[in-house]
Amino acid sequence: MKTLIKNGRIVDPSQQLDQVMDLLVEDGKIAQAAPHIDAAADEVFDATGLVVAPGFIDLHTHLREPGLEAKEDLVTGTMAAAHGGITRVACMPNTKPVIDSSIVVSGIQERAQKEGYVHVEVIGAITKGEKGKELSEMGDMAQHGVMGFSDDGHYVSSAYVMNLAAQYVSAFDKPLICHDIDEEMNHEGFMHEGAVSARLGVPGIPSIAEDICVARDAAIAEYTGAHIHIAHIASKGAVDIVRQAKARGVNITCEATVHHLTLTDEACAGYNTATRVSPPLRSWDHVEALRKGLKDGTIDAIVTDHAPHAPEEKDVEFRYAPNGFCGLETSVGVVLTDLYHTGEFSINEIVDKMSTSPARIMDLDAGSLKVGRNADITILDLDREWTVDSEKFYTRGKVTPFDGKHCKGMAVATMVDGRFVMKDGVVCKK
Amino acid sequence: MKQDGALARSLFQRTVTIGGYNMTKAAVSLSGRDILDLSSLSVEEYDLIMRTAAEMKKVMKRDIKKLPSLRGKSIVNLFYENSTRTRSSFELAGKYLGADVINLSTGTSSVKKGECLKDTILTMQSMACDAIVMRHPVEGAAKYAADIAAPIVINAGDGAHAHPTQGLLDMFTILEHGKQFKGLKMAIIGDILYSRVARSNIAAWTKLGADVHVAGPMTLIPHDIQELGVTVHKRVEDAIEGADVVDVLRIQLERQDKAMFPTPREYARIYGVNEERMKLAKPDCLVMHPGPMNRGLEISWDTGYSDQAVIREQVTNGVAVRMAVLFLTIMGGKPVENAN
Repeated sequence: MKTLIKNGRIVDPSQQLDQVMDLLVEDGKIAQAAPHIDAAADEVFDATGLVVAPGFIDLHTHLREPGLEAKEDLVTGTMAAAHGGITRVACMPNTKPVIDSSIVVSGIQERAQKEGYVHVEVIGAITKGEKGKELSEMGDMAQHGVMGFSDDGHYVSSAYVMNLAAQYVSAFDKPLICHDIDEEMNHEGFMHEGAVSARLGVPGIPSIAEDICVARDAAIAEYTGAHIHIAHIASKGAVDIVRQAKARGVNITCEATVHHLTLTDEACAGYNTATRVSPPLRSWDHVEALRKGLKDGTIDAIVTDHAPHAPEEKDVEFRYAPNGFCGLETSVGVVLTDLYHTGEFSINEIVDKMSTSPARIMDLDAGSLKVGRNADITILDLDREWTVDSEKFYTRGKVTPFDGKHCKGMAVATMVDGRFVMKDGVVCKK
Repeated sequence: MKQDGALARSLFQRTVTIGGYNMTKAAVSLSGRDILDLSSLSVEEYDLIMRTAAEMKKVMKRDIKKLPSLRGKSIVNLFYENSTRTRSSFELAGKYLGADVINLSTGTSSVKKGECLKDTILTMQSMACDAIVMRHPVEGAAKYAADIAAPIVINAGDGAHAHPTQGLLDMFTILEHGKQFKGLKMAIIGDILYSRVARSNIAAWTKLGADVHVAGPMTLIPHDIQELGVTVHKRVEDAIEGADVVDVLRIQLERQDKAMFPTPREYARIYGVNEERMKLAKPDCLVMHPGPMNRGLEISWDTGYSDQAVIREQVTNGVAVRMAVLFLTIMGGKPVENAN
């Protein structure tokens, strides 16, 4: 099987490449990249005027399987990824049961291989049942190919347990992905604490609830040498802490979500449950600090934190709604609209933060269009205008704070292992 | 007490001087409007409600206090939180206007069987009610209900967010005493954090040009509250000094499990409003309280009964203001003068 992608602007930060070229894909691998390729191909894709990038990677996704299929499953979740131009997702372990043993890890890998539309990396739990008490079998899960470990949705509130986990996992070269918001402070609040929460009367979560935890985990990373990756960093204080730790050579990385990079707590003003998320949407000074951190390399990856819920769970009073919303199908459009077209970030920087850099920090064989690598490719039309319509989503959880947003730029084709899984907004039959 | 005419001119003076604007032509209307908070109402709309409430208050003084204005209209009082005065106040307001009023509280409805708010609202709507008066423990519930419901939604308190009719009755009471807001020093004392009354009054009073000051234990003062245009004081005395109005908020003892301050004893000593502290205020300062009072805690026994206290007037005015709100939203902004 040969596919020839003609005349696209190849943007590949892994090779510092940005030029119009042809790309030949053969048997699921990148076979050749050259200004003009004349090869007999089974399919020719005309990429004139389009950007051809290494497949986008989302390090933070909730696929909800097993156990929470009313929200999402491996099929709908990976279709949503394909639709959004994402070729690889890492799924979080806060499922029912929790992904805290190798047998569950293998089960998800096997089913994703069979039914999924994109690659699925599995993240195992740090502690048994994500309860923050006893270490899960991280060694066994590491040997069965997890990307890393996280108790996402929960802060490992015991510093003792977290330090133990970091010491233990350092032998397996896998990161601990930390959901860093103090549980007690978080439990009392429902949005960012500030002028907007004061006005709305909604109990606030202070941004220091995040800073305090990130400071602790940076210290643990420094002390143990383990790789700590801060999930969905959202406060300016936390960005500063990571920046300082990196400057000292600490083995720490972090990611920011599309919504924390683009929305503020003003979005909560109408009590729209689509704006309920943890960490909460913060004020503009925090958003600016995140963009600065993304620019200077403090923040390594842009993620979605795609967290779908069933409609009846979100169609309730603000305070009663669960945290999270879907993000796989809006991330490319929102990022291109609000970060690229505003002139703040180049397309090279965006591709780096959504593909090359996440692959590098998580040691994934992905994020590059070098010859011989997996043909996972995201093709972008930077100028295509469209409006977010959640009814057209493939995900089961339709709720998003971006519904109705006018976007400029979208993923027009997604290729996984040399096969198109999405073309022109339509997910291809498997 | 000033004449009703003064009340009618009160808020409105500003508009008159600006453009010779004639309120009897009812330039604003609240017909069909949801009343969710006070920040979304204009000064002209406040004025319409105040003038209508003044007429309603006259009705309350009649021997037969019943108007046919809302005959054939039905109002549901949907209360997800315990309330005596607000619920009775709305119920009487509706009944004085001739409406059919039913009361639903969480203990007696299918809410107990686990029905979600959306379905309860849709059920009420299906029974063809004209207005839903809702009290709910969480912020934004009134907005959520209004987005779902075709009937008019009157917010009777949503969590710590808003209690617009309390704000309006406070406004009416202050105006009735000839105090016109602009440049006045208003002190709100106590639990600002959990208080929908505080938020409603801050929204209205700042809009009317008053100088709003808050004080209380710092654990009960929301972070960044000064961005709403109020001055925060660490000492209650500084807020009360020279004040024209002291609004004492109820300490919600039911929240004391969170231990926001060490003991009620310490609260009363350091933050309680008493005669001694009231000496710092202007001599004609009004003492207000949304009730029910914890006497001896946030307000001393004597202060609650002092000449400055207008707490019982607030209750009377509450009925008048709610009559006005129900009338104006359900029947429209037809000027009361012409209706007579």
